[in-house]
Amino acid sequence: MTPVRISIAAAIGSALLILIVLELIRGRRLKERYALLWLATGVVLLVLSVWRGGLNTIAAWLGVSGYPPAILFAAAIMFVIAVLLHYSTVLSRLTDDNVLLAQEVALLRARLDALEQAADREATARPAG
Amino acid sequence: MTRIVAVVPAFEEEAAIGPVVAEITAFDPSIDVVVVDDGSSDGTGVAAAAAGATVVRLPFNLGIGAAVQTGFRWALERDYDLAVRLDGDGQHDPAELPKLLAPIERGEADVVTGSRFREEEDGYRPPLGRRVGITWFARLVSLLSGQRVTDTTSGFQALNRPGIELFARDYPSDYPEVEATVLLLKHRLRLAEVHVRMREREHGSSSITFVRSVYYAVKVTLALFIAMGRRYAVPSEGVER
Repeated sequence: MTPVRISIAAAIGSALLILIVLELIRGRRLKERYALLWLATGVVLLVLSVWRGGLNTIAAWLGVSGYPPAILFAAAIMFVIAVLLHYSTVLSRLTDDNVLLAQEVALLRARLDALEQAADREATARPAG
Repeated sequence: MTRIVAVVPAFEEEAAIGPVVAEITAFDPSIDVVVVDDGSSDGTGVAAAAAGATVVRLPFNLGIGAAVQTGFRWALERDYDLAVRLDGDGQHDPAELPKLLAPIERGEADVVTGSRFREEEDGYRPPLGRRVGITWFARLVSLLSGQRVTDTTSGFQALNRPGIELFARDYPSDYPEVEATVLLLKHRLRLAEVHVRMREREHGSSSITFVRSVYYAVKVTLALFIAMGRRYAVPSEGVER
């Protein structure tokens, strides 16, 4: 069986995670799309810590006989991996976007330079006045 | 009148880039030269502009693939019919350009690469490590593409309009030439190779260490196989070409 103190500590920990994530969203320091996985992590961990019978049942299913809280670790690690993988995809997309922007800026700038040079030439060829 | 643009990617090539631009212009004044300065900290851009090139200056270093792609995007935007690509360090001789352009003008290829290894007589022997890498990728790409490819790292290329359009839209990053051959294949563009001579680089040296070479070899090989497994849009002109 899961020791009661572990359930309480885990419940407090996951509740804290949920609250911190919500507060970060409220303060606009975290976008909802990046917070969803964190919220899911918090909720799943909270459910697993509070629902003690469930944790024991899942542990028994998976053949974890000695120490059911190991399931908590396993769940936490899986969610952290999911979050990291999600970030890697976000990072890759940002890199692509960044390259595209840099190229676009460089191309626009080259066109602007050409336009300005043409305008300068025209101004010298035909002085105003 | 066929409009041709020479795309020259350059990173920290202040000393070499001026002569490269001048040489292209001297060879054929009708070719417009665009130098893509890949965020150099020296005077590469200024030297290129002084030599009469259009300079597209990237705000920071993007790496060779993205720099080259910038040049192809310029070619597309400015509506050029043909693009040739030469390196900014002077190892590609503009006098070889007609050879590169010939298969395109005959309508036999969409992209033509200048290969150092097409003929044995040349005598160019890169160091062992490089040779192993070059052979590995040449064999691999030949196998994947079903045609004889001898030089997959050459940046000396000519492209027609479909080639420009493809590479402007999608171009790989490190050692892009290897993966680009797979892109061509997947998009059903025709690749041809002609033998060219290349010069030893005059300024600076290829600063690729052993560890980096292995890293790139593994990375590019992986990228090749992943690219083979991707689905690409085939130009749809009613029927397959």
